[in-house]
This record gives sequence, C-alpha cells and structure tokens, in this order.
Amino acid sequence: MAVLDFAMNNSLPMQAVPPDWPGGYWWHWLFFTVVLIVFILTMVLGVIYIERRLLGRMQSRLGPNRTGPFGLLQAVADAVKVLLKENIVPSAADRVVHWLAPVVAFAPVLILMAVVPFQDGALLADLNIGVLYVVAISSVTTVGVFMAGWGSSNKYSLLGAMRTVAAVVSYEIPLVLSIIGVVLLAGSLSLNSIVLAQDIPFILLQPLGFFLFFTAGCAEINRSPFDLMEADSELVAGFHTEYSGMKFAMFYLVEYAEAIAMAAIITTLFLGGWRGPLLPPWLWFILKVVIVFFVMVWTRTTLPRVRIDQLMALAWKFLFPLALINLFVTAIQVLAWPDALPWIMVVINFAIMGVLVLAWSRFFKLGWGRVKV
Amino acid sequence: MTFSTEPFVLNFGPLHPSTHGVFRIKATLDGEVVLDIEPVFGYLHRGIEKLMEERTYTGGIPLTDRLDYVNSMTNNFAYCLAVEKLGGIKVPERAEYIRVIIAELQRIGNHCLAVGAMLNDAGALGTPFFYLWRQREKIYDLLEMLCGQRLMNNYVRIGGVSQDIPAEFLPAVMKFVPQLRSFLDEYDFFLMQNEILLARAKGVGILPPEVAINCGISGPVARASGIKRDLRRDDPYSIYQRFEFEIPTCEEGDCYARYRVRIAEMLQSLHIIVQAAQSMPPGATKADVPHLIRPPAGEAYGHIEGPKGELGFYVVSDNSIAPYRCHVRATSFINLSALRQMVRGWKVADLIIIFGSIDITMGEVDR
Amino acid sequence: MTAVLPAKDLVTRLSGVFAGKLEEAGRDSVLVRADALLEVAAYLKNTAGFAFDYFNMVTAADYYQYFEVVYHLTSTRHNHSVFIKVRCHNRANPSVPSVVPLWQGADFQEREVFDLFGIRFEGHPDLKRIVLWEGFDGYPLRKDWNR
Repeated sequence: MAVLDFAMNNSLPMQAVPPDWPGGYWWHWLFFTVVLIVFILTMVLGVIYIERRLLGRMQSRLGPNRTGPFGLLQAVADAVKVLLKENIVPSAADRVVHWLAPVVAFAPVLILMAVVPFQDGALLADLNIGVLYVVAISSVTTVGVFMAGWGSSNKYSLLGAMRTVAAVVSYEIPLVLSIIGVVLLAGSLSLNSIVLAQDIPFILLQPLGFFLFFTAGCAEINRSPFDLMEADSELVAGFHTEYSGMKFAMFYLVEYAEAIAMAAIITTLFLGGWRGPLLPPWLWFILKVVIVFFVMVWTRTTLPRVRIDQLMALAWKFLFPLALINLFVTAIQVLAWPDALPWIMVVINFAIMGVLVLAWSRFFKLGWGRVKV
Repeated sequence: MTFSTEPFVLNFGPLHPSTHGVFRIKATLDGEVVLDIEPVFGYLHRGIEKLMEERTYTGGIPLTDRLDYVNSMTNNFAYCLAVEKLGGIKVPERAEYIRVIIAELQRIGNHCLAVGAMLNDAGALGTPFFYLWRQREKIYDLLEMLCGQRLMNNYVRIGGVSQDIPAEFLPAVMKFVPQLRSFLDEYDFFLMQNEILLARAKGVGILPPEVAINCGISGPVARASGIKRDLRRDDPYSIYQRFEFEIPTCEEGDCYARYRVRIAEMLQSLHIIVQAAQSMPPGATKADVPHLIRPPAGEAYGHIEGPKGELGFYVVSDNSIAPYRCHVRATSFINLSALRQMVRGWKVADLIIIFGSIDITMGEVDR
Repeated sequence: MTAVLPAKDLVTRLSGVFAGKLEEAGRDSVLVRADALLEVAAYLKNTAGFAFDYFNMVTAADYYQYFEVVYHLTSTRHNHSVFIKVRCHNRANPSVPSVVPLWQGADFQEREVFDLFGIRFEGHPDLKRIVLWEGFDGYPLRKDWNR
C-alpha cells in the first residue's frame, strides 16, 4: 500500500483507479478480478463449443448437437466428465512438479488478462508498461508446460515438452518485434492508450505486423498448424499424456484460455479493442475476440501440421527477418512522415507486406532433409 | 566442450492413434532423428492360413474378407482366381464384368482411406480424411445395394459372383462416377500445392527403385518409385485386356509421389468402371460348380493387382473339400519390409507420415 | 503376360550348369536340392537371360514326409516368373539356406516360415518369431501340431 500512496501523492502517471470509479481501490480490484475470472471461464465454454461446431461443419460433418439445444452444453458435459475421472499420477513421477504444473500453466493466462481493456479505462490495472507486462507474463506458461513434460517421467511427454520450449522461445522474438511496430504508432506501451490511438485500426496500418503476430501467436499457444507439441498422431498427447482428472481439465482450460487471451491481445493491439459504433464497447470487444478466434479455428481446420525443424526454420528464417524489416519500415514512416495521411500509409504498408511475403517465401527453404545415420 | 548425447528407444506402442491398426515400432531416436526402427507385429494374428485348411473352399471366402479388411472383395477375388486356376473353372462373362466393377470400386475406396489416413497423420486434423470418407460412404451405399453388406462383403464366389446385381446398381454407379471425378479434381486442387503438405511430403521417405524391386514392393508404392509394373497390364487376369487405362507412375519415390499416384489411380479406376458398365453383357453370374467343390490335386498361384499391390494366393489341393495349404502373399506384409530403410535419418514426424504413405492394413500383415 | 517358365524348359537350360541338382516337380515348378539353393538362386538372379530380380514370395507346406519350401521369383525386365521348391526331409530339425543376402524381401517372409513351421534358415540375419510371440510353444502350421 505504501507504493500506492506514494504514487497517488506524487501524481505519477499511474492511474490506480479511474477517476469516475465509485468506490475505493480494493472494490475495483475485486470487481475486475471476478469479471476476469467469469469472462475467461465463460468464454472458454463458449469457445470450446464454437471450435467443435466449426471444426465439424468445416469437415462436412455436424459437430456436437445432442447435449443441450444445438449442443451448447457440450463443454459443460466435458468438464463434468473430466472432473469425475480418477486422478492418476505415475509412480515414477516427481509429485510436486507434476502437481504444480497445471497451476503454473494456468495462472499466467489469468494474470495476462489484467491489462486488457474491456472499455475505456475498464481494466484491472492500467499499467503504463502494459505491453512489456504482456510479453513477460505470456512466457511463464511454457515453464508450466515443461514442468508437466518433465514431471511425468514419460519419454513422450518429455519429447513434447522439449518441442514446446524450443518453439516458444523461437517465436517470442517475432512476436515482440511485431508489437513494437504497434507501439511506435501509438506512442505508448499502455494497452488502453493503444486502443485510444486507433482511429483506424492498426491492422490496416500494420498488416505485416498483424500477420507476424498472428502466426507467432498461434505458435506460442500451440495451435495448428503448429500443434506438434500435442500432436495426436505422433505423441499420443504430448506433454499432458500422463494427466487425468482435474489436472487434465486445467490443461484443457489453459489451451483455450491462452487462445482467448491471445485473441484479446490481438484485438486490443490491431483491431481497435472496444471501439466501434452503435453497440456497447464491451460487446464489440467480445465480438472481435470471437472473430479472431474464428480465424484461428479456420487455420486449424485447413492446414496440416509442420515438423519441428520446419517450425524453427519458419521462426528464425522467415518471421524474424520480416519482423525486423517491419520494424525498420514502421520506424522510418513514423519519423519521416508523421503527418502523412493514414490512407497513404495503409496502401504503402500493404504493398510492402505483399512484396515481402511473396518474395521471401520464394527463397525460403523449410527445414532440413534426411540426416545421415 | 563436446556435447555427449545418447540415443534412446521410444516405443510407438500397439495402441496408438496413428499406427493404422495394432502395430508396434521400437524406434531408436537421437533427439528427434530416427536412427533405427524395429517393427513388431503379430497382434492381429488369427491363424487364417490354418483356419482355411479346416474350412471348405467356399467356406474359406469369408475368412479372406478379414485379411485386408479395408477392401474385402479384392481378397475374395484373388482367392477365387487361385481356386479357379486349380479347378480349371471358367467364369461367365457377366460375372467377369461385375468382378471388374467391384474390384475398381474397392480400389477407389481403399485409396480414399489411404490418402485420407496419410493426410491425417500429416496433421491435417481430419479435414481431408472426412471429405474422402464421405466418398467412401457412397461406395458403401453401392456395395450395400449389391450384397447387403458394407464391409466384409463375401460376394465373390468360386466361378463367379454369388448373385446378380440389382437393377438399380448400374445407374447408381453411373451417377456416382462423375460426382467423384469432380470431387477429386477439387480435392486435388486444394492439396496439390499446399505449402505445408509439400514441405512435409516432398522428398521425404524416398524409396529407390532398386531397393523396391529387391524387397518385392508392389502397388502404388513401387509405381511411385518409377517401377512400371501393374499386374492388370503385365499379367492380365479376368478381362482387363479389354479395357483401356493408363498406369500412373512417378519418378521420385517420396511420400508426395505416392499421394499423386493414388489420386491418379482413382481417376483411372473411374475410367475402367465406365467402360465395364457400358459393355456388360447379360447372362449367368456364376459357373455351375458344386458348393463343396473338389478341385483336382495340384497347386496354383493366383494373383491380382490389389489396391495396395500384388495380392496372391498359393493354394495346394489334395482333391478333398478343403484346401491342403493356402498361403496368402500379403501385400502389406511385404511392403512393410522396406519401412526400415525408408525411415532412417528422418524425424519422428516423418516416420509417421512415411508409414502412412505405404498404406498398411494389419489384417493382411498378421493374417 | 507374365509367362511362368515351364519347368521342363528351365531344367534343360539350367542342367548345363547345375547337373544333378535340380529336377522338375510338376508343370511349373523346379525342385532344387537344398545345398545348391543359394547357387541356383544367385545364378537365376544374376544371369542376363533370367534376371529374376523381384522376389515375390516364399512359403512352405507340410507334406508329412517332408517340408516343401516354395519360392516364387519374377523378372521385371523379361516379365517371366518361376517357382523353385526345396524339400527338407529332416522333420526334427529342418533347415534351408537363407536367400536374404540376395533378396531383402525374403527377410520377413522367412521369419514367418520359421515361426509357423519351424524351418530354420541358415544365414538369416535375425531369425525370430514374427507373427506369434516369443515363447510360443510349437509350430502351428505343421500338420501334426496339437493345439
């Protein structure tokens, strides 16, 4: 509390509580904590349903349609089933690590949502280093995944966990670099200010940045086409092979909660967050999150999986140079033509993105071939 | 500072989401690279060859259904061919045409499953698999119209087929053919240039033609390596000499080549079906052979170009109602012998896709 | 048409080199003595007029007094095939030379014959049971196998 008093008394830019909030600091914290938990859990249920239905429809089959009207209660049924299952721990497993892994994997996702604005000023903590916070916290999930893989004392799990760590570490860099382009345009690291600065959504001004962030984000959260961490057809279930019961439910939750969190970040950074006409802002926010998630499901259904060395090659040889080039181009644009009409910038950026992606992929060789044994 | 590593053995156990049946691979891995594999199978061994010695010749036909259960009637066909060679039995014309149509329908159905399963192993989460499975369901409908069973059809008999085709069968087949053709064009268009599929399958798991010949590989796997050998052309059985069709081959011998050969073969099968349906004569559908047939003593080897390759039956008779010895020259069993060489040096993910591209059915491997 | 070389023809052509070691056994198959099997097989594989490079199958049958191992070879170049047979009269300990050094495709199939009949293949790199499990008692496809 001393830190808070110090900040308030010295008028630091940190706004602990927005000025129009009725009530004290702790009431604000409690309200938003509850909102966040409810939001994440409800959205997970909804998102699981959307994914399974969409997956089914895109695969020319129906998807769940029996549990509840239109199969809406499928996720609830799954949750109940999983909770009733026996909690098995392998005898050779490291018990503490095995038990802690789901917690370590899930907590950062909730913590991440603390800086995402639902409405103008409506977020748990309007940190003025919001972007840095997002980047830092989102890596902690990997520690949980690796704990799961190692603590299961199972070769499959370990293989899956190693792959995850390698992939996440590689994809952090294009992720961060593409965010910096947005930060340059908005002039602030605070997520609320970034949303406020988006008179035209940054997806138009930073198309290459959006593409890079989306790809790197999908790789971070282990979604197809980068889901070899839990590749069903190769490693049975990767790092969560040995989990059952509530702990498995947590990992399942983590997968979708991360997807929602990533979709929320994408919405905030690129799609204009809660901005939009007519509807209430929080509804716009949820709508945009669902749309981004829809695109994620779409890529999942359509594309086959890449191999691990192809994954690494994609990160280091394709996304990373493009991210650097994106950063330079954005920096030059912000410095040299700060007053240029935004629409010229849009056209130029789309042209640059088209040229870069097409030209680079022509010269890009995916992965090694056969190794001499 | 040298970095010392040691290889470890990972067991892709008999129960595994993508081993196409109960098949166990003991893979020695160095990190992700496969150094060596040892295939272990026999989990589905039912002793079919011994059981055939205790059934009559006709009573053994349902046993052959269960060999390559993905396309049952090709097994029936090969077995009946062998016994007809033994007994010198001539099959009536109409039955031959029906058998050809069925064999080609089974070929299409098998390739639907093979391509879908290979793409499923590549990680495409089932989307191409479900699309192809829908076509296979349409073939099931046709087969149900024909003999009442979708799988394990047991329709082909020694000397012909068990009953005549219903009146609505040929029109249904002719309706199915153009629909499948346009579906395959669209499907191939989606997948042919898919970057990720190309990266996963092109150049992966190359089978050199000398190795293929030495191991006795047959079928689409051999044709994808450049070996232009197809029993319908090189050793024609039934009435295949009357039909015009091409034998698609590729030169590279990688997984992508096997995929392309299978898609091309499906289109050629459609061509054969149309020709057969248009020129089917009326007449008897089964030669007049007794149910408890006693072929004269001797031996015969009857083989066909099944969807997976050369499927042969070596039947020895001692003039009794049951075969003295019946051996199955099982395609998948023999195609499996090249797996070890194809896989060494590739990664775990490639092991799965290479195994999927050979198209193995454990029923045939284990018998 | 993959012509099956008639046995008479084959015996005539081969008896110049392998006199006394082979004879006809039926219309289509040639019976070779077990000790001459590897030489005959290598000759058939490597000689230009035969060129049997494609190993189709190997199987066996139990004829009470002897086991008969049947090989089916094909030539992709000349499109002809041949059946070779070898007999083992020693029921307690039957043994035949292995052709795995010549054709790799014989590997799994010889293991299967060993598994189901008990015929040992000398020179096979890794002769162990393949479709039945280690520790299975007996050889099921023998006619005197008592289940």
